[in-house]
Amino acid sequence: MGHSVLVVAEHNDETLVSSTAHAIAAAKQLGEVTVLVAGTHCGGAAQAAAQCDGVAKVLQADAPELAGHTAEAVTDAVLAAAQGFRAIVFPSTAFGKNVAPRVAAKLDCAQISDVIRIVDEKTFVRPIYAGNALATVTCDDQLLVLTVRTTAFDAVAQRDEAAPIESLPVTFTGPKVELVSRELTQSERPELTAARVVVTGGRGLGSAEQFHALLEPLADKLNAAIGASRAAVDAGYAPNDWQVGQTGKIVAPELYIAIGVSGAIQHLAGMKDSKVIVAINKDPDAPIFQVADYGLVADLFQAVPELTQKL
Amino acid sequence: MKILVPVKRVVDYNVKIRVKPDGSGVDTANVKMSMNPFDEIAVEEAVRLKEKGVASEVVAVSAGVAACQETLRTALALGADRAILVNTEVELQPLAVAKLLAALVAKESPQLVIMGKQAIDDDANQTGQMLAALLNWPQATFASKVEVDTGAQTVTVTREIDGGLETLKMALPAVITTDLRLNEPRFASLPNIMKAKKKPLDTVTPEALGVDVTPRIRTLKVEEPPKRQGGVKVADVDELIAKLKNEAKVI
Repeated sequence: MGHSVLVVAEHNDETLVSSTAHAIAAAKQLGEVTVLVAGTHCGGAAQAAAQCDGVAKVLQADAPELAGHTAEAVTDAVLAAAQGFRAIVFPSTAFGKNVAPRVAAKLDCAQISDVIRIVDEKTFVRPIYAGNALATVTCDDQLLVLTVRTTAFDAVAQRDEAAPIESLPVTFTGPKVELVSRELTQSERPELTAARVVVTGGRGLGSAEQFHALLEPLADKLNAAIGASRAAVDAGYAPNDWQVGQTGKIVAPELYIAIGVSGAIQHLAGMKDSKVIVAINKDPDAPIFQVADYGLVADLFQAVPELTQKL
Repeated sequence: MKILVPVKRVVDYNVKIRVKPDGSGVDTANVKMSMNPFDEIAVEEAVRLKEKGVASEVVAVSAGVAACQETLRTALALGADRAILVNTEVELQPLAVAKLLAALVAKESPQLVIMGKQAIDDDANQTGQMLAALLNWPQATFASKVEVDTGAQTVTVTREIDGGLETLKMALPAVITTDLRLNEPRFASLPNIMKAKKKPLDTVTPEALGVDVTPRIRTLKVEEPPKRQGGVKVADVDELIAKLKNEAKVI
């Protein structure tokens, strides 16, 4: 595969966000990789990109308009860089999902979202129906826009030598958008979709108080993120953004512990790619046990504190 | 202010989907279909803006087979004023839908388009951003809060990003895509379902809108993901911890 591929970096101007190293790994399978770093005073991120294994060149678009990394401004930068590439690759993160389709439509080309496997330069595997089916798709367009699922491609390493960094001038023609504020949650806990361990509570917890009283000490012990089933969210035990499932967050941690979760289809869709699944539920017939590697049929109000204490 | 709300007919989120034995796709025959859950949130948000007096009219739009009329009737029962179906038997992909919507925007001149961030069937998460690009409008994806200032003709949107929230302010017209936290959609009451049957529902075609909807992406096969192996039941907490430490080696 000898095409030129453009990776649009996700970064915070100072350095790269980890998703970028995964996107570069996917792009390497398609051809020679150029990385676009679009931001304001983003020399640090450009340098980090230049030192990623497999990167042949870095384009640095540095302009005040790019301060918020808004879809409108970043799209203008990608359009300035796009000439000559056969594929434009974004990480499938909030950043990549926001920008990629805007670029694709401006270039009148199709986008393939959430690629988990590259079959050849035109053919890709991607999950549909929240991962309940895998589609192999192909596109004959001369240019393709892809977003790649970061968990499906191992990050490239950093190296000592650096690829050349070129400055990229950008003409901004898109609508102006003002970034009013950005608040990143200052939580001691890891983020749900990136956590190595996820502890999830369901309706079985019985109340918001018990949900927090039982799950938080366990999550603290395991340095885990806390998730919730839709039933638990609907019952008000946990906020909406904790929901794991087809209409919530899709997670695939090393260890997933489902507590008092029955295992409705739409919940399973959000967690069944986890490496190891543990279920604790008093109902031996709960569907969650069909996907659990280790099932414990027990009263969670006894089992969970015991587990927390003995870990 | 007029709001356009695109809605998609999808397999109901509670249905366990089945891959067709010949690998050609997912079986949708005799399966319960519903409005895409993120689109329900979009309809709800538009209707609330109308109830607050911010919007004057809510127009629901769908594209696809004739049965999409049912989805549009649901939107009307939830409070949309009228509906438009772009009727076609062709399999529609996000770029084609965005072009159809752009053509409808040119006809209808809404100030705001509110739509779901993604559909739960193809999980593409593309159409809203593509529509904004085609119109050269600003976009606010994954919205969890929307505040319209009709005097200044701006909208301020809080959006869900990885690890937190971001607030953007932009001039109208704009495209907003909804995330789960934006609101909790109401249920359609029986009287409103009856009333919805009398609300206007127009039908157009892609040809009449001058849009080529030929698919660009071909699906070669659809298969089931690798099945998880059936696990074991452990007797007590001690055995569970031992298994996690010694067998799974995850703690």
